[in-house]
Amino acid sequence: MTKNIMIVGVGGQGSLLASKLLGHLLLKEGYDVKVSEVHGMSQRGGSVVTYVRFGDKVYSPVIDKGQADFIVSFEKLEAARYLEYLKEGGRIVVNTQQIDPMPVITGAAVYPEDVIARMEQLGVAVDAMDCLSLAEQAGSAKAVNIVLMGRLSKYFAEIPLEKWQTAIEECVPPKFLELNQKAFLLGRDEQ
Amino acid sequence: MKQLMLGNKAFARGLYEAGCMVVSSYPGTPSTEVTEEAAKYDEIYCEWAPNEKVAMEVAFGASLAGRRSFCGMKHVGLNVAADPLYTASYTGVRGGMIICVADDPGMHSSQNEQDSRHHAIASKVPMLEPADSAEACAFAKLAYELSEQYDTPVIIKMCTRVAHSQSVVDTAERIVPEPIPYEKNPAKYIMAPANAIKKHPQVEERMRKLAEYADNCPFNRVEMGDTKLGIITSSTCYQYVKEVFGDSACVLKLGMVNPLPRNLILDFAAKVDKLVIIEELDPIIENHCKQLGLSVSGKDILPMEGEFSQNLIAEKLGVAVPAYQTLDEQMPGRPPVMCAGCPHRGLFYTLSQNKCTVLGDIGCYTLGSAQPLNAIDMVLCMGASVSSIHGFNKATAGQCEGKTVAVIGDSTFVHSGMTGLANIAYNQSNSTVIILDNSITGMTGHQQNPTTGYNIKGDPAGKIDLEALCRAMGINRVTVVDPYNLAECDRVLKEELSVHEPSVIISRRPCVLLKYVKTAPPLKVDCEKCIGCKSCMRLGCPAISVKDKKAVIDTTLCVGCGVCSQLCKFGALQQG
Repeated sequence: MTKNIMIVGVGGQGSLLASKLLGHLLLKEGYDVKVSEVHGMSQRGGSVVTYVRFGDKVYSPVIDKGQADFIVSFEKLEAARYLEYLKEGGRIVVNTQQIDPMPVITGAAVYPEDVIARMEQLGVAVDAMDCLSLAEQAGSAKAVNIVLMGRLSKYFAEIPLEKWQTAIEECVPPKFLELNQKAFLLGRDEQ
Repeated sequence: MKQLMLGNKAFARGLYEAGCMVVSSYPGTPSTEVTEEAAKYDEIYCEWAPNEKVAMEVAFGASLAGRRSFCGMKHVGLNVAADPLYTASYTGVRGGMIICVADDPGMHSSQNEQDSRHHAIASKVPMLEPADSAEACAFAKLAYELSEQYDTPVIIKMCTRVAHSQSVVDTAERIVPEPIPYEKNPAKYIMAPANAIKKHPQVEERMRKLAEYADNCPFNRVEMGDTKLGIITSSTCYQYVKEVFGDSACVLKLGMVNPLPRNLILDFAAKVDKLVIIEELDPIIENHCKQLGLSVSGKDILPMEGEFSQNLIAEKLGVAVPAYQTLDEQMPGRPPVMCAGCPHRGLFYTLSQNKCTVLGDIGCYTLGSAQPLNAIDMVLCMGASVSSIHGFNKATAGQCEGKTVAVIGDSTFVHSGMTGLANIAYNQSNSTVIILDNSITGMTGHQQNPTTGYNIKGDPAGKIDLEALCRAMGINRVTVVDPYNLAECDRVLKEELSVHEPSVIISRRPCVLLKYVKTAPPLKVDCEKCIGCKSCMRLGCPAISVKDKKAVIDTTLCVGCGVCSQLCKFGALQQG
């Protein structure tokens, strides 16, 4: 059975490290893994998507509508944008940060209100938290990605904490290791 | 050892393991990482060439010298390199030669959606198409053998989803074949008519032999299932097909897409009740099947444009797709934008204020076309800005000269803008060309180029002096401006537009994302002074917004470039 994790956010937020960590960990766990990302034009502050799929045998590198077991979102509007990719019974893990896209900044569009509450009203399981504050608490606003990975790890009972921590050790430069381990636990343990 | 590898990285690994000695490429999404990853192996000589034609000719020269070589490019790059390709097909190779072309269905980062298989067919060169990273590595190795055995360059076609997806690869050791000594052979390598006339039938014979090889080669395979449905597919479409049907349908997976097999397809067709061809972009396999007299379904149910996916294939073939929910609201788009502190912004603002007609080019600066700057009128292909402005100005007999400019990046200028400038200098139009010199190839992720002074490994290299180059071409007016200085940009632009001779403005400041660029602290808003006039918003800087009628600076994005403070008449935006 293939499991699907979609990582969505804004170009430059660090989703590449998140998918690297997941890919590394899941491969070591013995799964077949595919990770798909898009480079180039869309990275310049645009909406970015990364697909992580794992299981006994994974064919397609992408996740389609109604197929994601998890959507990990670095920003709340992006969670709402990709809601249609969520599987029935899937879960959204979302950073409550708001980053206005250019059409909102210029006044051509309005940032949608209460997206998290509205997703919950549809019966979607949403785990929302202020990852930016937690990342800053860990020592850097850039650690939002690892805070989110910490949160996601809660939902993988079959993979013990130590395995995640080892994977972080193997994916993060030593200089930033302590900060990232702290960010991971803050995300995992936040009430 | 098993590793998770990007398709492009796996391709580079295959080149390494097969003993490739020379790599020359021009960056282009989604092909760039093949060359970047190859450059990490010290055993391979790697370089960025000024354009794809040069890269292919470098690879050809290395092959002529008896070494295994490679050149990589995106789909539109193969158009630039088409000239050497079509004749290298006639000469054949000495050392094995691989060409990577990466298509971009869905146009994630491209100006068109062309199907590169047409080039393989037209140039009569075999083309392989891997479906994941493991195949990218394996096909690169096998392609060298094919190239040397059949005396032909081999094209390996990637696409965005194969190039930029990671999957598991089992690596092996590098084995370098015995070098083949150079041997003078005019009949093979001098493609003058007398020799080329003799070569053409040999090329046709080679393709006939390759078509026979395709019937029983390691690249094509049949996976039998329920014979009610047979699917012929390749590349990433194979993965979508398997995702939908698993082992329940019969699949002929083609890894060699030129030439296409005859008997293999006829045998497969005979075993299934219904035959469907699933291929992105053009109906090439489908038309081949129809020529074989088969009744097939393909583009009658599937689109010619865009990427496919598992749901798309399921829907079109009558398989149920999962349900999903959405919020009942159109979400505002989040298009890519020029970065905060991007040196192009100040220049585009100046062009916008002067109401210039701007003929644009390919690079990050294409984003100058977006709101609110709205500063570009045309983008066609690499180098077209410089060539087109000449035609535009000649056609309008002087009426547009004073308000029309061409803008082109440093890398794109060397790629194919130089020849356009030669035409301006030679045939004398009063054209103003602006070179946006950010000292790097930006859009594809910071590759060095002949104007930066560094090579692909970051070591010091030759450096083209753009001012001297333009002057040597016969452009007498060459001015350098700092795009962070709006007053200077405005003054120089007005001056150059008013003169009656060709001129070049070099807008020079390194890309703000380069590691060596030192940035200033974020600006601060003096709320007492800010009246909420939104003048600063005209720049389209993602670090500036207005809340409660006051400008707000996003301190995580602002790099203190200070361009916005030059627009504020009230001195409300201050250096931090």
